[in-house]
Amino acid sequence: MNVSVKPGKLIKGQTGDWEVVIGMEIHAQVTSKSKLFSGASTEFGGEPNSHVSLVDAAMPGMLPVINEECVRQAVLTGLGLNAQINLRSVFDRKNYFYPDSPQGYQISQYKSPIVGEGEVVVELDGGKTATVGIERLHLEQDAGKLLHDQSPTMSYVDLNRCGVALMEIVSKPDIRDAEQAKAYVTKLRSILRYLGTCDGDMEKGSLRADVNVSVRKPGGPLGTRCEIKNMNSINFIGQAIEYEARRQIEIIEDGGAIDQETRLFDPNKGETRSMRSKEEAHDYRYFPDPDLLPLEFTQSYVDELRSKLPELPDQKKARFIESLGLSPYDAGVLVAERESAVFFETVLAGLADKARDSKLAANWVINELFGRLNKEGQEITGSPVSAAQLAAIVGLIGEGTISGKIAKDLFEIVWTEGGDPRELVDARGMKQVTDLSAIEKVVDDIIAANPDKVAQAKAKPQLAGWFVGQVMKQSGGKANPQAVNDLLKAKLGI
Amino acid sequence: MTDLTSMTIAEAKAGLANKSFTSLELTDAHLAAIEAARSLNAFVLETPDQARAMARAVDARIAKGEGGPLAGIPLGIKDLFATKDVRTTACSKILGNFVPPYESTVTSQLWRDGAVMLGKLNNDEFAMGSSNETSCFGPVVNPWRREGSNTTLVPGGSSGGSASAVAALLCMGATATDTGGSIRQPAAFTATVGVKPTYGRCSRWGIVAFASSLDQAGPIARTTRDAAILMRSMAGHDPKDTTSVDRDVPDYEAAIGKSVKGLKIGIPKEYRLDGMPVEIEKLWTEGAAWLKAAGAELVEVSLPHTKYALPAYYIVAPAEASSNLARYDGVRYGLRVPGRSIGELYESTRAEGFGDEVRRRVMIGTYVLSAGYYDAYYLRAQKVRTLIKKDFEDCFAKGVSAILTPATPSAAFGVGEKGGADPVEMYLNDIFTVTVNMAGLPGIAVPAGKDAQGLPLGLQLIGRPFDEETLFSLGEVLEQAAGRFTPPKWW
Repeated sequence: MNVSVKPGKLIKGQTGDWEVVIGMEIHAQVTSKSKLFSGASTEFGGEPNSHVSLVDAAMPGMLPVINEECVRQAVLTGLGLNAQINLRSVFDRKNYFYPDSPQGYQISQYKSPIVGEGEVVVELDGGKTATVGIERLHLEQDAGKLLHDQSPTMSYVDLNRCGVALMEIVSKPDIRDAEQAKAYVTKLRSILRYLGTCDGDMEKGSLRADVNVSVRKPGGPLGTRCEIKNMNSINFIGQAIEYEARRQIEIIEDGGAIDQETRLFDPNKGETRSMRSKEEAHDYRYFPDPDLLPLEFTQSYVDELRSKLPELPDQKKARFIESLGLSPYDAGVLVAERESAVFFETVLAGLADKARDSKLAANWVINELFGRLNKEGQEITGSPVSAAQLAAIVGLIGEGTISGKIAKDLFEIVWTEGGDPRELVDARGMKQVTDLSAIEKVVDDIIAANPDKVAQAKAKPQLAGWFVGQVMKQSGGKANPQAVNDLLKAKLGI
Repeated sequence: MTDLTSMTIAEAKAGLANKSFTSLELTDAHLAAIEAARSLNAFVLETPDQARAMARAVDARIAKGEGGPLAGIPLGIKDLFATKDVRTTACSKILGNFVPPYESTVTSQLWRDGAVMLGKLNNDEFAMGSSNETSCFGPVVNPWRREGSNTTLVPGGSSGGSASAVAALLCMGATATDTGGSIRQPAAFTATVGVKPTYGRCSRWGIVAFASSLDQAGPIARTTRDAAILMRSMAGHDPKDTTSVDRDVPDYEAAIGKSVKGLKIGIPKEYRLDGMPVEIEKLWTEGAAWLKAAGAELVEVSLPHTKYALPAYYIVAPAEASSNLARYDGVRYGLRVPGRSIGELYESTRAEGFGDEVRRRVMIGTYVLSAGYYDAYYLRAQKVRTLIKKDFEDCFAKGVSAILTPATPSAAFGVGEKGGADPVEMYLNDIFTVTVNMAGLPGIAVPAGKDAQGLPLGLQLIGRPFDEETLFSLGEVLEQAAGRFTPPKWW
């Protein structure tokens, strides 16, 4: 057992607690213009069979030629997973008959994958983390797509996806509950998107997961696992694991045994159902593909790629904490999605005084901007308030030109109407009043008009807050709160 | 104009160059010969219109002084090579009337160099066979007959159409492929010269695959020089075939007539089989003597793992074939026998489309790759393969330049005579040739004599990787000593 495995949430059964053991195989489509072994386009959504080369259609005498870009992307991904890069790997044929596989076999990597063991640190609730081991990553071809609804008597096949490069990323069985599983996929997806090696678009099928689930008494021997195939939503993965674990526990507690099988998750019913049993499992007759030489590259090729690795979420988070003084939670939120991090760093770049305003900027991005985007169901990439605009708003607060309260009004204006925040503040008279004589006049008026409150405040200084509120109200929120406080203290003698 | 078909490629090149005749005349003479020889069943598709169009075009190029190394030379193409817009079937029913929209690299290089295509040549179905009897177009007939006999003999296989057509003067040369002896064995059965180049020397792109790690294209011609001329056009690196090797293609013809003095020639003792016909034994000794007379030094060598080569070959080749032939499923091209389910469509199509021998090898291959058997069969065979390769490496490391062996354990046999009850009887034909494919080495079969019944016999020379030139030099010595053999025309 891996010592770094984080215990997960146990499930209560009739006979006591049960532990869930989960391992995942993630299929991530490699970002590449052409397919793994042919020059055909990988573009999504083309007319059926419009991106099919002679190689993809497995015409007689056609031969695969490795796409070096896909190899580069796989190595980059391996480096991003802190994994062993194998300078020599082998492509194998996985033989099976199905019309989505024109060759009659899938070219994959079986005994010698391009990437070996690595690990991913995943973020859990409450700022905790867990480490999930990576068993391997290998390159393989995607299959075509069968269309069963085009004719009453026939099925059609669209080979556009056929031969597109996939990275199969296999985790160790280090995941212990649904939350960890969801966090693992989320983190892996984030790393892939930072690296630019997979777009992570689960709706389009660019990222799919096969989830292996078994249950056992805590610390006991491993149970028989079932594999839930082809999950393309992080939430469904969580639901499927919860359901599957309970199903297995019920069977065992009723005196039954788990059959090793492949299952499918039905999102409408929220349950998994059997797809095929172990007895029906294919014998894939793997053997090295004689059309392809072993894939070999040098350590200097790997080193060169390593030197070009972008900053990954873990490193970025550490930097935000260390150099900007952000809380681990805030830093984690900002780096979770590559686009969010890019946005935040663009805001940072737009700040005139980074030392003063970085934390404030983080707060504004997380609370105001993300909050608003979430509420409106919008993506960061389509944010109506640009990073430059947000940097300007934060700058105006930081330098004391506007108060935080006014800033929220300003944010609203920029969100709905757009415009240069600094110009808006000028044009709409939103500047904070720091002119002491102007504030003093207001303070004096309020003190004079409320002698009873003055008496109360003198007796109980905490009640001075009432005066602050009144001053702010009369100044339309523009009075500098610090100046108001100082004046009140002096005038009330507290 | 019968003389036009009996020339060598070298002679025809000279005749075309000095305008003694045109390519069109040369082509027409061969088209007529093909038409008159249909009883040999060497061609499965004649392409006279295309041949004449190519000949006219190349005549125009020759007139402008722009001919290539093969300008105007009419050739036959084994039906395993994809030819653009021309039916390509691998002589299997399962490909039906498949017309590829692409041209194989090897044939496109021949056309680039000015050759003319006469048509597609018969072969064993998917190149699986040693007698050309497994073709869906029926067996090819060997132009050679036993003296005083009318018995129809096989030309060997799988390149039986190529060998028969070249021997019968139907084409000046032919493309062929060799996975376990499919070029060299038919060459030996027909008194032609067949070259199996080093693995990786010729591109496999566009050639219907049998066993990818063993398949290699090569020429069959009437002389060693002609084979050398064809080789230069067929060979070369192709980025579309990862296993093809990026090396310059030498002028193989320059090796013809080059002295073999001082070359060390190995005679492998393990090739001396029990029960080998005396005539083969004698031929071998005679061949060694000719090489010695030319100045070569003969040494006995040992290739200790030879006896394991054939069984290992009949695991590796079917294993790869079972996977390579999975694409013939009735879904996208070729034969489709409809079914009520996809499983039924697959089963009916493949049962109907594949002949017995292909089905046998697909089943053997599927079996040896199956879970629980892989280690005992496929993996073990691959280990044997490594040992066979090492046998040759050790031999070459001792300064041996080439190895001389018989090409086949017998002369051509009758149609239906072998393998009917026991397929292994047929497989034994490849006993001297499979080692070369297993080791990826170049080999050449050269006619060297006749048996008591007047049937041709051949010798094989095995060379170091990418040293086809030495094989051409040595082959020429044997050819000069043995003379050339032409079958009496009876068809």
